[in-house]
Amino acid sequence: MKSLEELKAIRERMQGQVEFRAENSDQIRVVVGMATCGIASGARPVLTTLAEEVQKRDLKNVTVTQTGCIGLCQYEPIVEVLEGGKDKITYIKMTPEKAVEVLEQHLVRGQVVEKYTLNETRL
Amino acid sequence: MFPEISLHILDIAENSIKAGATRIEIEVLRRTAERKLTVAVQDNGCGMDAEQLAGCTDPFFTSRTTRRVGLGIPFLKASAECTGGSFFIDSQKGRGTQIRAEYVTDHIDCIPLGDIGATVYSLILMNEAIGFFYRYGVDERQFTLDTDEMRALLGDVPFASREVAAFIREYLEENQKETDQEEIL
Repeated sequence: MKSLEELKAIRERMQGQVEFRAENSDQIRVVVGMATCGIASGARPVLTTLAEEVQKRDLKNVTVTQTGCIGLCQYEPIVEVLEGGKDKITYIKMTPEKAVEVLEQHLVRGQVVEKYTLNETRL
Repeated sequence: MFPEISLHILDIAENSIKAGATRIEIEVLRRTAERKLTVAVQDNGCGMDAEQLAGCTDPFFTSRTTRRVGLGIPFLKASAECTGGSFFIDSQKGRGTQIRAEYVTDHIDCIPLGDIGATVYSLILMNEAIGFFYRYGVDERQFTLDTDEMRALLGDVPFASREVAAFIREYLEENQKETDQEEIL
């Protein structure tokens, strides 16, 4: 059995190098809808993929969080990208693969992946 | 309906989060001889009054006075009961809510447990301020994870940092494998 004691070693290694994330205007918030509708349509793998990719790439300016139902259940899983001074971008019908694409194009390079946005979809 | 029991657990725990819980306990216990799987979620959130409690298992209960009411609870109830299992909910306003569902695992309509590790992992990572206690047991074998213990060992190192998040994932995966007694190298 793996034991929590390993966390002591992680703490020692990380002592001093932990930077508290400054909540400034450069901070990008990525919000995944995790209500019943989101979960039923596959939001969990989208959320875990985004969280893991952000950790892996060490994107200090990106925070992945969750929210409830935003009332567009038929377009779940929904991922919103909120960035200071910019319009909110709503990505719909996400999958882990699409989420990685959004992360690489939008979160890293600043290019909105239009084809997955709510605006591009004829409602 | 959900394809996995672990998604029901995530959904029910999201209710606890919306109810303002600061402590959420999740239990998954498998009794192989009896072919039973019991899942339980208990929280110290805002709870429900008698009327809400009576209505919350009805999918057509449309009260908008609280956001705790929706399809999640009726879904879980139906998915457990359709296997010949049972569903139990109790809640007290201001005290919290507890939910327990028992599945008969060899019934043809019993959905698989699924990736319970991913459920617990995402709950912990997304809700660092909430204390989670998780117990996974198969017959007399079990393991637990208590985020309060983790916090005490980690000081102010965040759970969402790469090394800690990876540790949580491995801890859940490896200990579950060992509890399930699958062969590990």
